[in-house]
Amino acid sequence: MNDILLDIKNLKVWYNTYQGYAKVVDGVNLHVFKGEKVGLVGESGCGKTTTMKTVLSVLDSSKSHIPEGEILLNGQDVLKMKDNEIQKVRRNNISMISQAPSAALNPVFTIEQQLIDVIKYSNASKGLNNKEMYQMAINAVNSVMISDPERILKSYPHQLSGGMKQRICIAMALVTPRELLIADEPGTALDVTIQDQIHRLLRVLVEEKGRSLIMITHSLGVARELVDRIYVMYAGNTVEVAKTKDLFSNPLHPYTRGLMECVPRLSGGGVTSGIYGYIPDYINPTPGCRFYPRCPNAMDICSKEKPQPIEVSDGHKVACFKYTNS
Amino acid sequence: MFNSDKKTMSKEILTIKDLKTYFPIDKTKFVRAVDGVSFNIKEGEIMGLVGESGSGKSTIAYTVMGMYKQSGGEIIFNGETITAKDNKRNMEFKKNAQIVFQDPGSSLNPYQDVRQILSLPLKVHKIASADKIDEKILEILDMVELPSNFMHKSPNSIGGGEKQLVSIARALCSNPKFIILDEPTSSLDVSIQAKIINMLLKLHKDRNLTYMFITHDLSLMRNISTKVAIMYLGKICEVAPTEEFYKAPLHPYTQMLLSAIPVISEAEEALKPKKVVSTGEIPSPVNIPKGCSFHTRCNLKMDICCNEDPVMHEVSKDHFVRCHLYEDSVRK
Amino acid sequence: MTSKIDNNLKTKDMKRKPWFIKPSTKENLRQYWYKFSRNKLSIIGLIIVTISILFAIFAPVITPYPQHVREYVDYSSAKLAPNSEYIFGTDVYGRDMFTRVIFSFRGALYMTVIVLSLSVPVGVILGLLAGYFNGTWVDTAIMRVTDIFLALPPLILALAIASVLEPNMTSSMIAVTIMWWPWYTRLVYGMARSLSGEYFVKNAELIGASKAHIIFREILPNCLSPVFTKMALDVGWVILMGASLSYVGLGEQPPTPAFGQMISDGSRYLPDLWWLTIFPALAIAFIILGFNFFGDGVRDMFDTGR
Repeated sequence: MNDILLDIKNLKVWYNTYQGYAKVVDGVNLHVFKGEKVGLVGESGCGKTTTMKTVLSVLDSSKSHIPEGEILLNGQDVLKMKDNEIQKVRRNNISMISQAPSAALNPVFTIEQQLIDVIKYSNASKGLNNKEMYQMAINAVNSVMISDPERILKSYPHQLSGGMKQRICIAMALVTPRELLIADEPGTALDVTIQDQIHRLLRVLVEEKGRSLIMITHSLGVARELVDRIYVMYAGNTVEVAKTKDLFSNPLHPYTRGLMECVPRLSGGGVTSGIYGYIPDYINPTPGCRFYPRCPNAMDICSKEKPQPIEVSDGHKVACFKYTNS
Repeated sequence: MFNSDKKTMSKEILTIKDLKTYFPIDKTKFVRAVDGVSFNIKEGEIMGLVGESGSGKSTIAYTVMGMYKQSGGEIIFNGETITAKDNKRNMEFKKNAQIVFQDPGSSLNPYQDVRQILSLPLKVHKIASADKIDEKILEILDMVELPSNFMHKSPNSIGGGEKQLVSIARALCSNPKFIILDEPTSSLDVSIQAKIINMLLKLHKDRNLTYMFITHDLSLMRNISTKVAIMYLGKICEVAPTEEFYKAPLHPYTQMLLSAIPVISEAEEALKPKKVVSTGEIPSPVNIPKGCSFHTRCNLKMDICCNEDPVMHEVSKDHFVRCHLYEDSVRK
Repeated sequence: MTSKIDNNLKTKDMKRKPWFIKPSTKENLRQYWYKFSRNKLSIIGLIIVTISILFAIFAPVITPYPQHVREYVDYSSAKLAPNSEYIFGTDVYGRDMFTRVIFSFRGALYMTVIVLSLSVPVGVILGLLAGYFNGTWVDTAIMRVTDIFLALPPLILALAIASVLEPNMTSSMIAVTIMWWPWYTRLVYGMARSLSGEYFVKNAELIGASKAHIIFREILPNCLSPVFTKMALDVGWVILMGASLSYVGLGEQPPTPAFGQMISDGSRYLPDLWWLTIFPALAIAFIILGFNFFGDGVRDMFDTGR
């Protein structure tokens, strides 16, 4: 049994808006074992990026508020850490790759300067001189399958293509030994063939070095190819979690089922009519399950009480009253 | 031009002959965004155009609409020919051909409400008189299944999917025959995409429209189009009716693209062609490789591919490929 | 998502909203107020602006000695330090400083209103034309003229023009207006140029809308927020410019009071008769600070936070 690296317990995050608090994340439970790849699947507005930003404590504290929850990294609660402790976590334990590589790289510095900065500020740089740090950078660029690393290191971000930039971001995230890599839709801005390359690369690198990966995506197909376990998020809750194979062979939550039906199939057969309804109002949420207004299997109790996750089979949990008695 | 049998039944709405769109960078270098493309779209068809970045699919759409200047070739729309010399689009064209853009956020003026947005085409093309405009707008909103209170909403207060529905409604205002849809659902979630696509198919049937549908999502294309064309660096590689395109893809690029799609079931995995590992980057449209533009990434390349650019051949009925591998099969 | 046409929705009942204001439902106004009022300084700015406007409008009514702004001399009460009768003291002619300072608000705000209402429309329209027709001779012609005006130091230009014309309020207003419009052209040009490439503008062209419609109904409303913000912040600068002109004797002529003129006259008597310069100077600082805070609030109000 592997150790748990990251354990998010009942996390709630609220945003300040002029109409009141937007209860964007409403009790998320998520854990990642050491060396495991986990996918976080959900549509836009469901709170997945907010959850991950909370793990790294990069939310704007004037605009957000965390009323409840714990985020345990190796047993320590990130939310209770002081600034310099969080700083250490960001430098040594967790790294994040964001959606748009062009926004993540500073346009006025060369790649070399940005890579060396990452190395310098982490513990790995203890006792290393400049030449050794440069060598580490070269190795990192080589590991993401870029030929001619010296030329790339001397380039500026705007001289590289989208795929290259994303690979550099991955290199930056993996150059120093870290336990957890959070990848926020790394392939979205890229073409299908390049996306394919990036995903395979990520998988290989993470497995090689025994790191953990949290992959945020809105595409079920991408998650299926890449991760071991998938969490499905809807409107601020993790509604289902299962090992990849189990989720696709036996989706339980009505939202997961609806989502899978909406994905256009390569086998043809037309497109379904989508999921009825709209995402709920976060400012005045209705009590009970947030999927209730859209659920084809809704029952009376769903509008009154919020379902808690129930384990249906090994590792397969679902938060739905449909499965409470079975 | 293709050697196709003349279909006397349905009229051709749009025919493109050897269309070129070049963007000059300086006096000698050009970006060959569209480099000799020919196809036709018949009334009632939904033609799919697939490709990655730099392929020129959006450029073709913009050139047909007149947003970019043609550098060569002919566009024949509804019987009228448009050449590079005479690039203006008349009001007939603007009424009958409309386009829906990719980004719902910038397709609608944030300082207008839906009523003002929809009344513009109605006024310009005199579809409805001043006192009947509101009635007509309500009719159109009903057509795209938006509630009537949307008339006074501003784009900031409606979601991405609804914005696209307003864009589609706006395209329908002038009663067009032909609509170009440039990646209309690429920035939307899957569940909203499903609603929009259903709406588009319903409108296609009810109003006898013709579409040119551009996307990079091959799974989506399978379910919406009647024929598919795949583009690479400004040229078409393969055109075929949809079922044949997916069952028997011929061009190596088509196979590479199809094998890279993420799917969600084993059944679909079995339908994909054998995995072709794509290596390398897409070349920049400024430096298109000599010979066949795909040879730098092709796993089946031959000597001839590095030197000679292949020509489009009809390999089987309505199935055209531009690849040296199939030139023998055409030799009769 | 099915709906029926609401047959009860009478078309006459739908009010036509002014085209340049965002569909202003109560919702939008509340949002604007929320964003404006988050910074307490903006509220202070709003209060100061309101007070200044009230001073300007009601000056004859709220001041104790309104006759002192016309021909008036009373040497027996001259050079008196601030006391209970004359709160800001009196000047060398015996006129009440408080009254004169309040009346100066009139001239300052009047000049601002005239200058901005002339220079802003001219500047904005030129910027729109140059931006939408970018790349053509229209763009080149307008922007080169704008560049020439921007290259000349503003105060020198204003002085030159005002000294050629007869020294009075009208001439100094003309002078400031002439050197003010290019800044708005420059501001709007950049925005109009980038907006011309936006999809909704392209779409309007593809629908067949006229150029006038595109420029004034599609592009202009999207340029207005920075223009309004700049106008709010410009008030301070126009007042300062007006004070600089009246300091050297151009602008409002005596006996009508003006800030710069009073500072200039009183500077000779520093530091003994300090109230002759300090109070007008404080009044200028008061207005400018107030409009700057208010302008920051306006900027926050329009900030979409993207």
